[in-house]
Amino acid sequence: MSAPRSNETKPVRMTYREACRQAIREALASDPRTFVMGEDVGLYGGCYAVTKGLLEEFGPNRIRDTPLSENAFVGAGIGAAIAGLRPIVEIMTCNFSLLALDQILNNAATIPHMSGGQFAVPLVFRMATGAGRQLAAQHSHSLEGWYAHIPGIKVLVPGTIEDARYMLKAALADPNPVLIFEHIVLYNAEGDLDPSVTDVDIRAAKIRRPGRDVSLLTYGNSLPKAIAAAETLSVEGIEAEVIDLRVLRPLDNATIFESIARTRRCVIVDEGWRSGSISAEIAARLADEAFFDLDAPIRRICSREVPIPYAGHMEEAALPQTAAIIETVRGLVRPR
Amino acid sequence: MSDKPHLDRDHALHLFRQMLRIRRFEAKCVELYQAQKIRGFLHLYDGEEAVAVGIMQMLEPRDAVVATYRDHGQAIARGVGMGPIMAEMFGKRQGTCRGRGGSMHIFDRATRFYGGNAIVGGGLPVAIGIAMADKELRPGAVTACFFGEGAAGEGAFHESMNLAELWRLPVLFVCENNLYAMGMPLEDAEAETDIYRKAKVYRMPGEMVDGMNPITVEAAARRAVDSIRAGNGPYFLECRTYRFRAHSMFDAQLYRTKEEVELWKQRDPLARAEAWLRENHMVSDEEMQRVAAEVDAEVEAAVAFAEAGTLEPVEELERFTLMDEVPQ
Repeated sequence: MSAPRSNETKPVRMTYREACRQAIREALASDPRTFVMGEDVGLYGGCYAVTKGLLEEFGPNRIRDTPLSENAFVGAGIGAAIAGLRPIVEIMTCNFSLLALDQILNNAATIPHMSGGQFAVPLVFRMATGAGRQLAAQHSHSLEGWYAHIPGIKVLVPGTIEDARYMLKAALADPNPVLIFEHIVLYNAEGDLDPSVTDVDIRAAKIRRPGRDVSLLTYGNSLPKAIAAAETLSVEGIEAEVIDLRVLRPLDNATIFESIARTRRCVIVDEGWRSGSISAEIAARLADEAFFDLDAPIRRICSREVPIPYAGHMEEAALPQTAAIIETVRGLVRPR
Repeated sequence: MSDKPHLDRDHALHLFRQMLRIRRFEAKCVELYQAQKIRGFLHLYDGEEAVAVGIMQMLEPRDAVVATYRDHGQAIARGVGMGPIMAEMFGKRQGTCRGRGGSMHIFDRATRFYGGNAIVGGGLPVAIGIAMADKELRPGAVTACFFGEGAAGEGAFHESMNLAELWRLPVLFVCENNLYAMGMPLEDAEAETDIYRKAKVYRMPGEMVDGMNPITVEAAARRAVDSIRAGNGPYFLECRTYRFRAHSMFDAQLYRTKEEVELWKQRDPLARAEAWLRENHMVSDEEMQRVAAEVDAEVEAAVAFAEAGTLEPVEELERFTLMDEVPQ
């Protein structure tokens, strides 16, 4: 007897963490070239418990625990990709990725071009990013904007359960190195997964909430903050459009420009530091190419320019918060 | 199986010819650098020929090579065509990397030559990964990873050595110890100057080899490759050698004496090989002249190939930054 059809279209509730795990499980089950490699991904179950249970299911060859050697295992992922495998390399946090920055920039991002197209580097780096759990300055930074500076790689930031579930598949199908930044605060977030969706487009930003008065451009854990701000503003008669950038490289100019052409106002919310950031890049592109669509100055809400501190009140003050988004939008848009 | 190479006349002459190909190629590079046909950094392999030539004798087409920025000799010995290498240095489209890499970054898919890497130690982790893939996809294949003794100062070196042994990967580590990391003398840089001993710490078999003699290098490579192919994991060869020329084209060589250079030149692997061939009456003057003439003709043909090459259109500048597909 077949299962009742209605079950298949019922939304499935799960956490962002579970969505990440299911994505990895699906990748391992569907492609024998795929394996996971990183610190404590196996026996420990993953620092953020994303890979919990996968060692038992897939064995130590495909869920490969590494020593604390970011430089070597990231480079090993690159070599394995060049030679025919499809590694998913987990780096515990993006702060630790700096120990492997040589490999990511000088090899992964460079070899396809530098070899004249003889070799591709098809692999995925997953890493945790962001602040909000009082982990202090060496576990809390947001470096996705930094990485978005580099030609030769793609930078994805899933801000929803759906993106956490399906971005990996698209990233693995891409012939280029793809970095996926998972926000540490989002791992526990719950949401409904629409069973009719099985793919996401990693070339495009996505409008998460339509609005007419201002465009809020954001990504990652600032996305729920922006949506919360938009809901509050809506009560006041201000309709904010929330755009989830989700692909920081290459940026989806079209979706951004199209939104600004309608709303004529822009606030960028970015957990990275303000100077030399992805928000700065977007503002520059708007100034270059959408200047005459704007009715007001571009506003940016970014992390304060400090190493993210431990104490809860200081950490909170260092990060973009909903109240600041509301206040900034109010200053930019008069209620209709 | 004996670990002695089968040293008949043909093989000895073959080794000599391979080394001569590198030596003459590099000499031509200097000439072309002075003529400003070649620009950028240029690191020459003179004096170290026996290392690449000796190692490559044991490699098969299925094997992989990870090279350094001093990579012409490694590439030529591996079988990458001189013409495409020279064209690469001319910045031509017909170069190995369509002019995007230059002297320090020769890549060649056909010979599984995974690049001159210009970050010291940066190639070792990549070699680990290639070996991981080969262990699954091409059982029996060996990855030969070249690096200088300067790499021993890098964390990537130690991390990679550990991973290679921990995971029993088919990697042949080839340390070209030419005694200077650019201008940094070995004894000023390393607390343990016998680099091969570092392999032992990772429980990896390792040995020191006379890198000025292709026969000893080949014999050591045979022991190493046999062991690796038998499934015993990685192997480490420290080849003691010396670079006769400056580090690059911008180097006043203040860190070493002319006397020291002259002393090492007395151990010139080409001169020794030639002397050995002659002393054993294996070649005549005519034969030696013929070999030299053939090598010179090959080098000249490479230059002609590079000269005749065309420039990559600048419209293609961004091509391959992101790939449309994985090359098969």
